[in-house]
Amino acid sequence: MSEITRDAGANPLGGRGAASVVPSAERDADGLASGKLGRVTRKQRSLWGNAWRQFRHHKLAMAGLVLFVLFVVVTFIGNAIYPREIDAIDFLRTDAPPSLDFPFGTDALGQDMLARALWGGRISIAVGLVAALVSITLGTAIGALAGFFGGPADSLLMRLTDMFLALPQLPLLLMITYLFRESVNRFFEERTGSDILGTFVLIVVVIGALNWMPTARLVRASFLSMKEKEFVEAATSIGATRSALIFKHILPNVMSPIIVAATLGVGAAIITESTLSFLGLGFPSDIPTWGSMLFDAKDRIELAPHEAIIPGMLIFLTVLSINYVGDGLRDALDPRKTQ
Amino acid sequence: MGRYLIRRALISAVTLLAISMVVFSILALAPGDPLAGFATNPNVTPELRERLRDQLGINDPIHIRYVKWGREYLQGNWGQSFQTKGPVRDYIVGRVPVTLIVIGSSLLLSVVIAIPIGVISAIKQYSAFDQISTTFAFLGFSLPTFFTGLLAILLFSVKLDWLPFVYDSQVNGFWGNFKQSIMPICVLGLAGAAQLTRFVRASMLETINQDYVRTARAKGLREKTVVLFHAMRNAMIPVVTIIALQIPTIFGGAVVTEQIFRVPGIGSALISAIGGADTPVVMAITFGVAILVVLFNVIADVLYAVLDPRIKMG
Repeated sequence: MSEITRDAGANPLGGRGAASVVPSAERDADGLASGKLGRVTRKQRSLWGNAWRQFRHHKLAMAGLVLFVLFVVVTFIGNAIYPREIDAIDFLRTDAPPSLDFPFGTDALGQDMLARALWGGRISIAVGLVAALVSITLGTAIGALAGFFGGPADSLLMRLTDMFLALPQLPLLLMITYLFRESVNRFFEERTGSDILGTFVLIVVVIGALNWMPTARLVRASFLSMKEKEFVEAATSIGATRSALIFKHILPNVMSPIIVAATLGVGAAIITESTLSFLGLGFPSDIPTWGSMLFDAKDRIELAPHEAIIPGMLIFLTVLSINYVGDGLRDALDPRKTQ
Repeated sequence: MGRYLIRRALISAVTLLAISMVVFSILALAPGDPLAGFATNPNVTPELRERLRDQLGINDPIHIRYVKWGREYLQGNWGQSFQTKGPVRDYIVGRVPVTLIVIGSSLLLSVVIAIPIGVISAIKQYSAFDQISTTFAFLGFSLPTFFTGLLAILLFSVKLDWLPFVYDSQVNGFWGNFKQSIMPICVLGLAGAAQLTRFVRASMLETINQDYVRTARAKGLREKTVVLFHAMRNAMIPVVTIIALQIPTIFGGAVVTEQIFRVPGIGSALISAIGGADTPVVMAITFGVAILVVLFNVIADVLYAVLDPRIKMG
C-alpha cells in the first residue's frame, strides 16, 4: 500500500525536472532489489480488488456481510449442531417463552422454535438467493439482447418489459401460487420424492419472472452506451464474434450495476416470500419458513409474542444486512465515488 | 399535449388488453374444475355435468371465452361471486372506500414526513440529522409491513391497550374510526415514507449542486428562498412522478395491512377470494389493480411532462 502511494506521489514530481528523475529511478531499482513478490502483488491490483478495498472501508456494509454470511452458515448447518426435531409436537410445553432449554421458546404445538427457525431460515434464504438469480439472469439476458441488437428486437422486448412492469405484482403472485401450488407440488413429488421442491421451484420462478424488468432496463441502457465505445469497435474490427462481443467485451463492463441489483434483489425476494407465506399462500404450513412462522403466530400475538417477534426479527436482520451489503457494493463499484 | 395524451391512451389500452389476456389465460389454464363439487353428488350424472359444462361455456375454446368475458367486463358485468352469491361489482364497490381511505391517508402521511426530512437531510448532508434520518430510512426500508404491523398491535393494543386491533366496520363517529384506522395508516405510511425520504434526499442532493442554485446564492438571495424556490421546486419533479408510480406498490402493502388489522377493504377481499377459490372476484380485483397501475403510469408521465418544460411531449 505505502509503496503505491509513494509511486503515485513521485509521478507528478518526475514530470517537473530532470533532477527528480534520479531518485525515482533509484526507488525503482530498490523495488527490484527488495524482491519480485512486492511488484507482482502490485500489478495484480484488479478492478475487483479495488472494489473490495473500497468495500472494506464501508463499516456497515462489512457488518452486513459478516451478519449475512453468519446467517447463511448458521441456518445451513444449524440443524446438524442443534439436532432437535422441527415437528416434535408436545402439548405439555406449548407457547413456552425462550428459556435455556428452548432458546427461542416453543410454539402453539410445543414445537421447538429454534429448530424451526434454523430450518425455515434455510428455505427463506435459499428462496431469496435463487429467486434473485432467476430475475437477474432473465433481466440481463433480455436487456443484453435488446441493447445489443437494437431495432425491432429492442422495441419488442421493451414493450414486453413495459407490460410486465404494469402487471399487478402482488395479486398475480398470490393468484399463481394459489392456483398452481398443488399441481406443481404433485408433479415434483412424483418425480423426485421431495415435498417442498415443487413449491420452492414455483415460488422462485414466479418471483423471478415478476422482478426482472428493472434489471433488463438497466442492462439495456448500459449495453446501448457500451456498444458505441471504441474498444467494442476495436474488437469488432479484429473480427470478434457477436457472442464474444456480448460476453467477453461488453458484459464484464456492465457487471457492477447488475451485481448491486442482484444483491438488493435477494432482500426483496426474501420479503416477497415471507409476504406470501404470511398471507398463507407460500409453503404449506407443515414446512416452516420465517414467513409461515409469522403466519402461525399472528392471531395469537397477545398470548405468545415471542412466536411473532423472533421470526420477524430474523427476516428484518437478514434483509437489513443484505441491503447494507448492496449499499456498500454500490459505493464500491461506482467509479465516480472511488477515492 | 392532446396528441401526446391520445398516443399514451392508445399504448395503455394495448397494455391493458395484453394484461387481461395474461390474467385470463393464467386463470383458464389453472388446474381445477369449477364443477368439481358435482363430482361427488350422486344426483348429477356425468351426462348432466357435460350438459352443464356446455351451457356454462366451459367447453368453449379459450379465445371465445376470453372475448365473452371481455364484452361482459366492459359492460360492467363482472360476474357472480361464488362466496357472496351476489354480483361481484357490488361486492367490490362496497369495499373500495375503506381501501381508498387507508391508501390515501397513508400516502399523505408518507409525503408529509418524507419531503421535509429528505430536504433537510440533503441541505445538511453528513450532519447528525442527516445521519439519523438516513439510518432510520434504511431501517424502515428493510422492515416488512407485516412485521411492523404485528409489532404495532403488540405495543399499542396488547401492552398499552390504547387502540383496538381488530377493525370494526360497525363503529360510527369520527373518534372511533380514527382510533381504529390509525395503526393501519401509520404502518403503511411509515413504510412508504422510508422509501420516499431516500428518494427526496437523492433528488435534492442532485439539484442543490447545480449551477443555477449557486447563482441564486451568489446573487445574495436568502437561503430560504434558494432552498424553497430554486432547489426544491426542481427536485420535486421526479418525486411527484415516483409518488404516482408508488401507488400500486402501496396497494400491495394495503393487502398485507388490511389482512393484519382485518380491515374490510379490497386487499382482504382478494385474500379471502383466493382462499375461497372465488375466481370472478380474483379476476376482477387483479384486473382492477392492473387498470390502476396503467392509469398511474400515464399520470406519472403526463405530470413529468407538465412539470418539466425540458421534456418534449410527443
